[in-house]
This record gives sequence, structure tokens and C-alpha cells, in this order.
Amino acid sequence: MTVASLDRRAEQLLRDLAPQVLGATLRRFRDFAACEDAVQEALIAAATQWPRDGIPDNPRGWLIQVALRRMTDHVRGEIARRTREAVAVEDVPLVVAPAVYAEPGIDPDDTLVLLFMCCHPALSSASAIALTLRAVGGLTTAEIAKSFLVPEATMAQRISRAKQSIESSRVPFSMPDAAERAQRLSSVLHVLYLIFNEGYVSSSGPSLHRTDLSSEAIRLMRAVHALLPADAQVTGLLALMLLTDARRAARTGPVGELIPLDEQDRTLWDRQAIAEGLALVDAALSSGSIGEYQLQAAIAALHDEAPRAADTDWPQILALYGVLQRMSDNPVVALNHAIATAMVDGPRAGLALLEALDKDERLAGSHRLVAVRAHLLERAGEPQAAIALYGAAAARTTSIPERNYLLMRAARLSEKVDP
Amino acid sequence: MKYMLMMNCPRDGYDQFTSWPKKDIEAHIAFMISFSKKLHGSGEWVDGQGLDAPTQAKIVRAGKDGKPITDGVFPESKEYLAGYWIVDVESPQRAYELAAEASAAPGPGGAPFNMAIEVRQVMSGPPETA
Repeated sequence: MTVASLDRRAEQLLRDLAPQVLGATLRRFRDFAACEDAVQEALIAAATQWPRDGIPDNPRGWLIQVALRRMTDHVRGEIARRTREAVAVEDVPLVVAPAVYAEPGIDPDDTLVLLFMCCHPALSSASAIALTLRAVGGLTTAEIAKSFLVPEATMAQRISRAKQSIESSRVPFSMPDAAERAQRLSSVLHVLYLIFNEGYVSSSGPSLHRTDLSSEAIRLMRAVHALLPADAQVTGLLALMLLTDARRAARTGPVGELIPLDEQDRTLWDRQAIAEGLALVDAALSSGSIGEYQLQAAIAALHDEAPRAADTDWPQILALYGVLQRMSDNPVVALNHAIATAMVDGPRAGLALLEALDKDERLAGSHRLVAVRAHLLERAGEPQAAIALYGAAAARTTSIPERNYLLMRAARLSEKVDP
Repeated sequence: MKYMLMMNCPRDGYDQFTSWPKKDIEAHIAFMISFSKKLHGSGEWVDGQGLDAPTQAKIVRAGKDGKPITDGVFPESKEYLAGYWIVDVESPQRAYELAAEASAAPGPGGAPFNMAIEVRQVMSGPPETA
């Protein structure tokens, strides 16, 4: 959206209101693409009129009115067009113009319903991510394309196909019933988690962080938390994001290489984000409901609370990974469980657990298992084997910062062995 | 005019890095970052990507039923694309200059690495997908 002329407060207001306005419009008209165009036009109208006339008393109502008016115009135009065509082919008009809504009803849950729609399990995760950032996050297609390092035309097509899938799947724009809600909420949280991770550990490309995506995921997560403050999974995921993102400044070195947790300069960690995350972890855990996000957040909290790496409460982290492993058969959890075991019972105990993971096909060919084995062999006093595996892991990772880190780790060890 | 500068290496090219001292790896990475910044700064950058290790490369052909047949066996002498830059420059000479600069990236001991950089002009014309 073009909001260069607006001050930051108004710009923020427009971004926060955009999904609610889109939700209110979609409630009345099914056509996703046309509704989005109408909302964009309403936002542009606001961006030109508000600096001149001031922000209206009810900015949300103002935007919804403008968007609904645009949609009504659009539908009337469609009817006129189809009527002309119907005259030609003797067809029947399919679209009925709705009444003009003088006082549109506003439902604060519209943002949530829109999220449920954009993160629908029928969509691939790539489509759901793109559509969520566009429709709920209010990012431009160009911004989303840049974040994912693909051409704008490619991203535009991905978004447009996602909208078509939603239209053709006949997903109603309404709150799913209680039985379905839990499952749909978990899709939403998964998509937001993927967006956060894409920003935090860029899966490809030269830079480890794509800050905009992480910040956007946190912003959306805050919105979900505001709507569902009592949901422990929601609270847990927001906590996990804040506690992870708090370490961002300490996570890369001078040439963009990854710096592992135990070597980070902890004075660079964001104390405010950690304090907020810790309070959320307490709230999530005291609710008594234990889910994967709460557990991961609790583990992140234990790391963030340690003033030095040596102060880390590894026995408790190991216990939490044990619980997590019983809840999920994710091999990455098993890998982290092996690392925690190594920290508590020594590297040999960790290496023994890795043996079992060799057979897991989901980790076959992954650089992660190789890299963890290299670390544990280094700690176990087998530098030559560790150097060889650091090199093998470097050859397999597709992340440049991670490759650089692994190469430097091997080089540092070689210098120690053979100065 | 646009040129593609292609950095090639042998199949075990990436493994050689593991025998470099840490400060030389850092110097090499720092050079690549500053080279990329320089191309952005001069307005000549179009695109650039680094590719994963050649040991992960597969050659794919369609079988009789159209299904992919992957082949991982390559002749020893084969050179692999390690990464590339596409630059938009005033003249072929400028493209060669940039290629020479990339070729002189620091190697072990800080001496120029002298990688072979293949320079090819990107053909112009309307995009075929339009």
C-alpha cells in the first residue's frame, strides 16, 4: 500500500485494520480477489484523504464502508456485464447485488476467521504463507517476493492461485465450529511458525536473517494472542518466537557466519523481549495444558535465563526434550534430545543416541545429523573424525551462513591439532 | 548488456575449503560479500547465487516412460558451476574486468585464488514467457 504520506501511527493503524476490513468484506462477498482489490482501494483512499482531513473517529468503520461501496460497484458492474452477455447467449445472470449495508456489523474475530481461511489445510504451506502475509499481514506482493527471493511475478501467481483454491473449495467465511477450530488453529500456528523460521533461519540465500519475516510473524502472533489470550498453544508460540528472536543480534559474526548458542555474546540479547517471553511461558505452563510450543518455549527460556553458557540448566532441558520426544516423532527433536543428553551425561552418551537416528530416513542426507555428530566427536576428543564430518556437513547444507560456520569450525579445529 | 560470470570448480572443489586456515576462509567470504556490495553499489548487479556442493549434483534425463532417471556418475574431469553473477554493464571489457576481480578472490595464504570464471553474454529479446 502507498502510505508514504502518512505518519507512522496512521500507517500502523491501516496495517492493523486491513485484515479486519478484508474480513468484514469477505463476510458479505465471496470473491476473494475482488474483495482484496476493494480493500486495497479503501486503504489507498485512506492514505490520500486522512493526511488532509485527519483520521476519522471510527477508522475501521470508515474503511469497511469504502471497501463495501467498491465491492457493490464491482458487483453491479459484473451484473451489467453478465446481463449484456446473457442477452447475447440467453444466459441467466448469476450474481445478485446485495443490499447496501448502512451500518456494517463489526466482528473482532474477523482477523481470526481470515487467518483460518488463509491457513486452510487444503492449501500447500507455500500458498498459505504467501496468502497470509498478503491478506492478513498487508505486505505487498513485491515485499513478499523479496523475502522469499523469488521474482514478483512468481509470487503474484502463487497468491492468485491460492485465492482461486479458496474460492473453489467453498470454504465459508465463518468461524469453524468448536470441533474443527482446534485443528484449524494448529494450521494457523504452523503457518506463522514457518514464517518466523523462514525469517530466522533463512532456508536459502546468503543472509541468515530476514528480519521482516520474523517481525511480521511476531506481529501476527501478537494479534492472534490478543484474540485468544487463554489458549496455551498460542501463548507458548508467541513466547517461543520472542525468546528465540531475542538472540538475533548475537547470532551472526562479522562475515555473516552463524555463532552457536554457547559462543554468543549474551550482552547483545534483547532483555525486554526475554522478560516478555518469560512471563508468557509462565502463563502458558500454569494453564496446565502442555503442548509442543509451550515445551519448546520453556526450553528457549532456560537458555535465555542462563547468564553464561556454563550456567545453562541442561538437566531440566533434557527432561523437557524427553517430554517433547514422547509427544512427537519429529527426528529434529530426537537430535536435540541427543545434544542435551551429551551435555548432561557426556558426549559418548549423545553419540550412542545418534546411532539410532542413522536409520531414520527423514534425516538421511541431512547435514544436521552429520553436524551434531561432528560437534560431539570434537567434544569427545576425536578431532580428525570431527574435522572430516564438519566438512561433510558443510558440503550438504544449503544455507551459506551455516556452511561458513561449519567450514570455520573445521579450520579452527585443524589449527589446534596441527598448528 | 548483460553478462553471466560463472565460477566453476572440480567435483571436490568445496572439500578443498576444509583444509584452509580459518582466517583465509574468513578473508575469502569477506571478499565475496564486498564484491557483491560493490556490484549493488555501482548499479551493475542483476542476480547472483551460490550453488550447493557438486557432490550433491544429479544429472536427470527422462526415461522411456517420461519418469526421471537420475545419474550420479560423472567423469573425473568434469567442471561444475559453483555460483554465478549476472551483471548489467556498459561493455564486454567491463564484464571481463569484473570476472578478473572475482577470479583474484583471496585463496590459501591470502594469495589470489585465480579461479576460472566463464563469461557469457545473456541474450536479449522479449522474454519467452510473456
